[in-house]
Amino acid sequence: MNRRMVLNTIGRIATTEAALLLLPFVVSLLFGEREAWAFAVTAFVALFVGFLLVYLSKPDTKVIYAKEGFAIVAFAWLLMSAIGALPFYFSKSIPSYVDAFFETVSGFTTTGASILTDVEVLPKGMLFWRSFTHWVGGMGVLVFVMALIPNVADRSMNIMRAEMPGPVVGKLLPRARDTAKVLYIIYIFMTLLQIILLVAGGMPLFDGVVYSFGTAGTGGFGTKGDSVAGYTAYQQWVITVFMLLFSVNFNLYYLILIKKFKAAFKSTELWFFAGLVGVCIIAITTNTYNFYSDFSEAIRHSSFQVASIVSTTGYSTVDFNTWPEFSKALLLMLMLIGGCAGSTAGGLKVSRVVILLKSICREFKKLLHPRSVKTLNMESKRLDENTLNGVNSYFAMYLIVFVVIYILISLEPFDMQTNFTAVLACFNNVGPGLGAVGPAANFSGYSDFAKLLLSVAMLLGRLEIFPLIIGLNPMLWRRR
Amino acid sequence: MNIIVVGCGKIGRSIIGSLVSEGHDVAVIDIDHDVITEITDIYDVIGVCGIGTDCEVLEEAGAAKADIVIAVTGSDELNMLSCYIAKTLGAKQTVARIREREYNDNSLDFMKEKLQISMAVNPELFTAYDIYNVLKLPGAAHIETFSTHSFEMVELVLKEGSPLVGTKIMNLRKQHSAIFLVCVVSRNGKVVIPDGQFELEVGDRIALTAAPSEIYKLLKSLKLIKKQVRNIMILGASRTAYYLAELLLNLGNSVTIIDKDPKKCESFSEALPNATIILGDGAQQNLLLEEGLEQMDAFVSLTGMDENNILISYFASTKNVSKVVTKVNRDEFLPIAKHLGIETIVSPIRTISDVLVRYARALQNTVGSNVEKLYKIMEGQAEALMFKVHPDFKHINTPLKEISFKPNILIGGLLRKNKAIVPTGDDVILPDDKVVVISTGHRLCDLADIIE
Repeated sequence: MNRRMVLNTIGRIATTEAALLLLPFVVSLLFGEREAWAFAVTAFVALFVGFLLVYLSKPDTKVIYAKEGFAIVAFAWLLMSAIGALPFYFSKSIPSYVDAFFETVSGFTTTGASILTDVEVLPKGMLFWRSFTHWVGGMGVLVFVMALIPNVADRSMNIMRAEMPGPVVGKLLPRARDTAKVLYIIYIFMTLLQIILLVAGGMPLFDGVVYSFGTAGTGGFGTKGDSVAGYTAYQQWVITVFMLLFSVNFNLYYLILIKKFKAAFKSTELWFFAGLVGVCIIAITTNTYNFYSDFSEAIRHSSFQVASIVSTTGYSTVDFNTWPEFSKALLLMLMLIGGCAGSTAGGLKVSRVVILLKSICREFKKLLHPRSVKTLNMESKRLDENTLNGVNSYFAMYLIVFVVIYILISLEPFDMQTNFTAVLACFNNVGPGLGAVGPAANFSGYSDFAKLLLSVAMLLGRLEIFPLIIGLNPMLWRRR
Repeated sequence: MNIIVVGCGKIGRSIIGSLVSEGHDVAVIDIDHDVITEITDIYDVIGVCGIGTDCEVLEEAGAAKADIVIAVTGSDELNMLSCYIAKTLGAKQTVARIREREYNDNSLDFMKEKLQISMAVNPELFTAYDIYNVLKLPGAAHIETFSTHSFEMVELVLKEGSPLVGTKIMNLRKQHSAIFLVCVVSRNGKVVIPDGQFELEVGDRIALTAAPSEIYKLLKSLKLIKKQVRNIMILGASRTAYYLAELLLNLGNSVTIIDKDPKKCESFSEALPNATIILGDGAQQNLLLEEGLEQMDAFVSLTGMDENNILISYFASTKNVSKVVTKVNRDEFLPIAKHLGIETIVSPIRTISDVLVRYARALQNTVGSNVEKLYKIMEGQAEALMFKVHPDFKHINTPLKEISFKPNILIGGLLRKNKAIVPTGDDVILPDDKVVVISTGHRLCDLADIIE
């Protein structure tokens, strides 16, 4: 284990966060808020910790193997959240540090679950920082650092693989650094486009920026207590479309960018995702038709909720807690599946679900014709058995982790629906659940223990379980 | 530059490693999925799984925008076809490994022209020439030739009792009549460009530049001239062995080749009627002794197994064979082989990746002073490059001592109208000279890169 390289890289992450904190600092100053100092102090803390780590651990070799990649990702995310919580705590916007930590983890992991009972009293700078953590966490902080700093490390693919979601992480360009750059350029461009469309529709600039950050990272933090319900139909449609766009594999945008339309639109995952979203919208529109005055309202609300849940954003225009059970069940399924691999969305990922379904079909065939040989294809490439095993064991791990967290959360004095959906919503980085943690409510009723546990669940969900568990395993750090 | 490498065997990997560290954007193609996974884990490259003659695969790897496509799979035919398709798709330059001896005769030029292959590389042939050069001058550990035999770089290992031991670099010229320049010294694995105060010690591996005639004089004064090689034993009937034996036989030497494969022995005896071909296992020491190992002037170990080569060479060097040459393909074994006291090691893989690195660097720079030759010396820790001086070069006619070079740069030699000059501080660079630059830790593309 190359500890020095791990600590050094984490130090660089901390200094990067210090730079990121300048943005909410400036926003806070622009609004003339006295809480701006909290960002400045936190930036200094981050800078201090960062430089300490970088200078105390000069690595002998820059090689990062798989285990170093896991360790870097696990610790970087913990440290980032710990530092990111400080502005809330210092400024007394969120008086308890555990609450602030929960809120920040929820931000970086793009969950959007909140412990705040009233969002609207929060200073503008804090609101901005909350949403900005979504934006940064969506594409990944280490990917961001790789795009900026040349030659971070040899074999840097191991970092990217640990941070990027999905069963197979490929590169768009020969160099990992260029790939990271292209991804961020697409990301920035789409975010700007959404801000422009929202502001053109009459949304105030600040709200436009905050909601676009929340959408881009598929997070779910906003500026209003009633989420997106208070905005116009046009603005809600814009957010619906962008939530779906941000939960599509970014590789497809790159393919479109280099004019390989055919390859982009041939994606199995894309079509499965589109079909799933379409069917759910139609089913929920029919199911909730009686709730709304006309068809356009019904389809708008059902599309928004479906897009919000499947992209694991967690915005809402209505309290879907009051919807019929069938619609709620569909939404629960969508929470579990989540968006496409290689996007900013959470959940199991559509490609994994497709692979699981295909391997189930193969199993059926195998039982009928025990000697049959069948190779599986995905995106017109052969799936090798390693990927298949990886997906299967990820699914098993996913269920085990879910059950363990759910059992622990059941110690809390809430009904089964609340606890179950709270874990589901945090683990899949969705945000709101049902019952007492529904879109109109929040997580403030949980104890500190439960908040920390749910924070871990959010990190496990964002980093796809293995990096966090492996990176924090003391066996990895033992000296020989 | 965008470079595609087809085939990730031993040679492919070495090339990929060198090209990535040179800063090129590399895409690799291999038919084995696991190999692609491994390569993309180790190197910062993009991998495409498929056969290199498939249009779609080449297209996916970006052949249309590639500056160079290098095909180094095990099959010559696949390499040639791959190059041809890539060229048709729009690749600018193509390089194919062509190593079957049937193709490496007059038909080579015909095929290169018809298939529009920019360069054909044959690692075995290059290696054979390397060994041939060393055997001509058995006192040196390694020889590189700049510009058709008018300038050479020689590597020596200083042994106990060598007159060079204990002298400072600045005094060398006074003590020896030969004109030469010590460019690089490797001591305990660390490579430095020495200054005048540097004192040479036992065990140092030094690289020096001089004209060929001066090298002969120097080696004579160092008592390193051994008797001319006449009897050579080659272990392993490999392609390299074939090319080498052919070169040596043409000079009238006696060559003994040992291999344990009857078929190979037969085909060698057919192709090389003047050589003695022995069917037997070279790992058997008795066999080697029976065939007169102790009377040999040189022993060359060219089997496919690095381990065998190293151990058998070690055995040969204990039997008083004056010159032992060993082929080692895996870089990891080099320190071990050096530790056992085997001086002269050739690596076909390293030779070929040097050739391609030089090719890519020369292409990169279309104006100014091109890289004409590039040699990696001391296990790649230092480089010797030859540039042609462009008339626009800023420091024309300035004495070298007045030019401020970057650190770890040395002018190792000047070639003026095919006359070698070993420079002192008073020499000047003139237009159309060729300059040999020695550097460690730099990546030079242009002569201007050496100036601070």
